Amino acid sequence: MSQTVEIRWHGRGGQGAKTAALLLADVAFKTGMHVQGFPEYGPERMGAPITAYNRISDAPIRVHSNIYTPQYVAVVDETLLESVDVTNGLREDGAIIINTTQPKEAILPHLKGYNGRVHTLDAKKISLATLGKYYPNSPMLAAVVAITRVMEQEAFLREMELSFQHKFAKKPEVIHGNMEALKMTFKEVQ
Amino acid sequence: MSIRERLSGNEAVAFAIRQINPDVMPAFPITPSTEIPQYVANYIANGKMDTEFIPVESEHSSMSATVGASAAGARALTATSSCGMALMWEELYVAASNRLPLALALVNRALSGPININCDHSDSMGARDSGWLQIYAENNQEAYDNMLQAFRISEHKDVRLPIMICQDGFITSHAVENIELLEDSVVRSFVGEYEPENYLLNPEQPIAVGPYAVSNYYMETKMGQRTAMNNARQVILDIAKEFEAISGRRYGFFEEYQLADADYAILIIGSAAGTCKDAIDALRAEGKKVGLLKLRVFRPFPAEEIAAALSHCKSIAIMDRCDSFSGNGGPLGAEVSQALYNAHSTALAVNYIYGLGGRDIRVEDFEDIYSRLETIAETGQVTDQYDYIGLRK
Repeated sequence: MSQTVEIRWHGRGGQGAKTAALLLADVAFKTGMHVQGFPEYGPERMGAPITAYNRISDAPIRVHSNIYTPQYVAVVDETLLESVDVTNGLREDGAIIINTTQPKEAILPHLKGYNGRVHTLDAKKISLATLGKYYPNSPMLAAVVAITRVMEQEAFLREMELSFQHKFAKKPEVIHGNMEALKMTFKEVQ
Repeated sequence: MSIRERLSGNEAVAFAIRQINPDVMPAFPITPSTEIPQYVANYIANGKMDTEFIPVESEHSSMSATVGASAAGARALTATSSCGMALMWEELYVAASNRLPLALALVNRALSGPININCDHSDSMGARDSGWLQIYAENNQEAYDNMLQAFRISEHKDVRLPIMICQDGFITSHAVENIELLEDSVVRSFVGEYEPENYLLNPEQPIAVGPYAVSNYYMETKMGQRTAMNNARQVILDIAKEFEAISGRRYGFFEEYQLADADYAILIIGSAAGTCKDAIDALRAEGKKVGLLKLRVFRPFPAEEIAAALSHCKSIAIMDRCDSFSGNGGPLGAEVSQALYNAHSTALAVNYIYGLGGRDIRVEDFEDIYSRLETIAETGQVTDQYDYIGLRK
């Protein structure tokens, strides 16, 4: 059987959780993997909870259902911890990655006794330090790559730089900040 | 040389449209198909294609303009979903009865109400009697490949019928997956130039399109549509063969997966077929003889071929992503049952409705359906002829 990594993203509409999932699919594709990146839409409005998914595999992916027992969960907005059951189905041999300004100990009581690994990242601090504005998705993307190890960090940075050069062709000034956000995340994620 | 890419289903169809570079594309946006005209408009703005893009004020107008362009002699297409297609209803029949070879990139979505933006097949299945060709896709690759074959089938002189290229809303339209694309030059020579025999803007040979037909002539035009639909069978297979020569990918009326020796079969359309294949692999590993018939071409309906492919099966679940509310099953259920009856099949068949309004169907759901099929075959009893899969308890 092939190895498929399954990741579920929780965010709020407008924060870029869907974009982060699509970017992860993009960069994993470039390193030669078979990928899926897809959103699950509820009501389309800013601030509403949204879910996005990734499957990353060394073999073609045929399944087209949502992901119910992910190895990894990424929470882009910590206020979701109170309203969404983010650890639902999360495998204990996996991990959860949460964007929060709080220490890990303060987060644990919200995780309904989840026994797997818990990682935190202050994406706000990183984003403000490197971009001067709060865009959580670049740091969260790097954190997911660091924790899931779906690809080498070097390859990830190389591909992301190419991707940013393409995406921000008309705003080259933001490329450096975004790259710094990714690199800083690799050091900061806990 | 194929090009390895990763695209969503909407991007893939828009990419195919760019490569085809049709003459005219009128469009009005509706989720989840909006991205298709959006990407095409971008290609045009960036000089990547020179299609005449007509932004219109409704889907009634987008299909009207497509009909008009096609009647004038242009290669024309539009895109829509759900209620957008419902608003085109009148023109769907106008396009088919006037034998206009235009295309519709349909991204399947539930009809209101309750209002819902997610996938089911009630939009295109509702139009099953409109006289359009209908081809469905499991994934972005098939949506792309079907789009490339669309005009070759539709414009063929023995066919000349409008064609609907369907894919599942959000499930494939918004999912980024790996895909293999063909080079522009390969596509252009495969699709070719459109040279209609008769068209409105031909001063050498004036014709009328869409005149009133009195009772003395109306029925003959219907027979003409029926003949064209029958002719499409061979054309679809011929074009698929040509497409295989340039792409290496094989298509027919349907795909059989582990079906040759299967005792228990599922018949399904669209993206859920991929999920079903994973269930089959898991059950085959346990020695269960389970298989799949994934229907690609729904119009024309390959009744005899379906019955022949299922002739050895003990029990069959026909899966509809749409309910007819006939109290007698869904559209696929009714037509496949008729095909089985006409072929004197002795298989026990059930018709399950699933996935309405985007309700997810999982590998475990398919495993459960196969287990129900096994029980049906063993006991000879069908207890739930028509059932809804995955209902909230």
